Amino acid sequence: MFSSLRYLFPLMVLALIAVVSLGGGHETPVRLRAYVGARIIPVTAPEIVDGVLLVRGETIAAVGKRGEVVIPDDAEVIEVKGKVLFPGLVCTHSHIGKVQGGDGSSPIQPDVRVLDSIDVLDSTFKKARAGGITMANIMPGSGLLLSGQTAYLKLRDGNTIEDLAVRNKDGSMAGGIKMANGTNSIKESGGAPGTRGKSAALVRAQFLKAQRYREKLAKGGDDPPERDLAMEALVEVLEGKRMVHHHTHRHDDIVTVLRLKKEFGFKVVLHHVSEAWKVADEIAEAKVPCSIIYLDSPGGKLEARDLEWKNGAELEKRGVLTAFHTDDPINDSRWFLRSAGLAVRSGMSRQKALEAVTIAGAEIMDQSGQTGSLTVGKKADFVILNGDPLSVYTRVLETHVEGRKVFDLDDPKDKLWAEGGFGAGHKRRASGCCFTR
Amino acid sequence: MKISPLLTILLPLTVATASAQMAVQAELLYPMTGDLKPIEDGVVLCSKDGKIEKVGPAGAVPIPEGYQVLKAKVATPGFIDAHSTVGLSGILNLDRHDQEQLEKSAPIQPELRAIDAYNGRDPLVKWIRQLGITTIHTGHAPGALVAGQTMILKTNVPTITDPEKNTLRPFSMVASTLGPDGFGGGGKAPGSRAKSLAMLRETLLKAQSHLKKRKEVEVGIIGKVDPDLRLDALADVLEKKVPFLITARRHHDIAAALRLQKEFGFRLVLDGASEAYFLLDEIKEAEVPVLVHPTMARPYGENENMTFTLAAKLHAAGIPFAFQSGHEGYVPKTRVVHFEAALAVAYGLPWEQALAGCTSAAAELLGIADLVGSLRAGLDADLALFDGDPLETTTHCIGVVIDGTVVSEAVK
Repeated sequence: MFSSLRYLFPLMVLALIAVVSLGGGHETPVRLRAYVGARIIPVTAPEIVDGVLLVRGETIAAVGKRGEVVIPDDAEVIEVKGKVLFPGLVCTHSHIGKVQGGDGSSPIQPDVRVLDSIDVLDSTFKKARAGGITMANIMPGSGLLLSGQTAYLKLRDGNTIEDLAVRNKDGSMAGGIKMANGTNSIKESGGAPGTRGKSAALVRAQFLKAQRYREKLAKGGDDPPERDLAMEALVEVLEGKRMVHHHTHRHDDIVTVLRLKKEFGFKVVLHHVSEAWKVADEIAEAKVPCSIIYLDSPGGKLEARDLEWKNGAELEKRGVLTAFHTDDPINDSRWFLRSAGLAVRSGMSRQKALEAVTIAGAEIMDQSGQTGSLTVGKKADFVILNGDPLSVYTRVLETHVEGRKVFDLDDPKDKLWAEGGFGAGHKRRASGCCFTR
Repeated sequence: MKISPLLTILLPLTVATASAQMAVQAELLYPMTGDLKPIEDGVVLCSKDGKIEKVGPAGAVPIPEGYQVLKAKVATPGFIDAHSTVGLSGILNLDRHDQEQLEKSAPIQPELRAIDAYNGRDPLVKWIRQLGITTIHTGHAPGALVAGQTMILKTNVPTITDPEKNTLRPFSMVASTLGPDGFGGGGKAPGSRAKSLAMLRETLLKAQSHLKKRKEVEVGIIGKVDPDLRLDALADVLEKKVPFLITARRHHDIAAALRLQKEFGFRLVLDGASEAYFLLDEIKEAEVPVLVHPTMARPYGENENMTFTLAAKLHAAGIPFAFQSGHEGYVPKTRVVHFEAALAVAYGLPWEQALAGCTSAAAELLGIADLVGSLRAGLDADLALFDGDPLETTTHCIGVVIDGTVVSEAVK
């Protein structure tokens, strides 16, 4: 009884908020659903064997043991015994939606926004939802030193990029900026750098320019600088409002990123970081987070030769905030949970591996107050699994974003996206008669 | 890295007593024979010449004095990757250095031998070996109308010095690709599906008359026939000495492969076969086995309609199949065959069948079941040892044995 009282207060508060927000009165009442009987892995709290997840509208209203959570009379009760409730997966590095960034015309293009290119109706979005992903950082490629602004998206079932966008406090669409060093961005033509030294010099020159632009902006007065889209984006980076997502593999390239961060003071997350295990101390000392990938073998290019599965464990040992990513299509979004399995296999703790596919990614994207764990008050972003998240045999049964079911394995159309088959490969949602067998 | 208790047994063992006779004892031993069920507390005795002497429950197969005993939770036959390019396609992915799996100066080159291209010291060979893979069917990759030959060998061969001794099959199959992936590119023939088949048929007809002459020499009708590397390799296909390995992903490419097989009567092995689910009856009737595409193959291009359930569907239809790592042009530079098999279980394939698909059934498909793929007396003593379910992601491979010798003690 006492323990159930604990949940009463937040429930009342939430009910109040719901009533206030409804206002007009002609809208349908907020849906209240109780998922009962599952093993619940909240990730930021201990596992619950026989739990209840109460969802009010788009928000988590309660999480707890059966019998301890008060299930209101008007709640729809959904029996999920034998299943596992887990936070929606967060992928910090994905290329779904036929995303495009900067072109081959110059090596540094901060003005380019990927949000102007993403096709949210592309089948890869459907497949990502089938894989349990509820939030992703959609990035341009690594062929340029700076290939554009990334887009943080909730995988809501919408028709436009605006429908899916994560919003900053000022209403603008949230995202970071994609940078790269090492061999991918070294080219032989088009003003691109031919060496690592030149790569760093080009980047430094741009940031110095942005510093001057920022000073001019700060001065204000009668003669403000003319609008410069590229400089505006870099000023956001300099002011820590826009996170740098930095592709980097080799130990020396990793350290170069840290050096530039020190010089210009931007916020950065290291991506891939194949040789993280060689410079894990330096990464920890710089207090930068990492977003790493698990591949079934090393190599494929010289600078990924020394990729090790132990990266996760080595970073964990040093307390580095570490998330995983799919780099979809490198790893298909539907195999994202395997990364956690491989991490545990190679010495990472179960807890940190589960965090790395959920809350750690949310933290890196500055959204951990909203998503990434099954916590009262956060958005109801969750998946229903038929087994342990670390098991290779486990399937995603349902994916929910902000209280709305966006994937259901029982729905034959969704099943196509989950398993593949004729029509699953079409670039867009198959429509009408002719794409089925 | 976690140090397994087994490591402490293995490390001194290999150094000090390499010639000692060995036994493997596992809480669950999967001989992969009969009903594919495991033996609880099973024992495998290995002979000095690297063969399996005896297999059975510990109660019935006592371990003789002086044997070194490797213990594990689970032991299986060493895994077989039924179709790979490892050893030809190296870890660095550098053209003219370690990418030997494809040569496209001509569309039809069955004379390219895998044995001339294999680098057993490439790190990827070691990578898959320490994960439990002991035998690979590797060679020329999909990507040309006829790309070349394949071979079968163990993962403990650093350099091929004697093809007969170093391989199980120095010439295993001839690899062909139908559909756009096998086109010449850059305006070179073939540039269409119909042209591909016309070129193949024309060449096979030539090979037929070459084979006829070869046979006439054998029975003394004519004195001699000039050797022809291309036609000799294809004549071997027509004579059913080696199968024709045809990579066909779309249903109409699969149908074309079956049509070609009917016309020329070779032994066909279908590779990839992403849309095989449309032609299960036809494939079954033609008695053609399938090397199913990796479960984690990327669903793009000719593969766009692939399904993770293909292995389950083939099994349900009674079509023999095996798993493969396939070929990857970028990362991961090689897939790991039992990781692919494991995911097929999540998509409807019975667990034992998944294990068979990279052990006994793979050996059957490749025609090497009298040597490897299961744990029976007389077969090669190739085993993989695990600290749990061998298909589960979190399980470690804690030892690998090839021909009765420990080749990996790494915990991977």
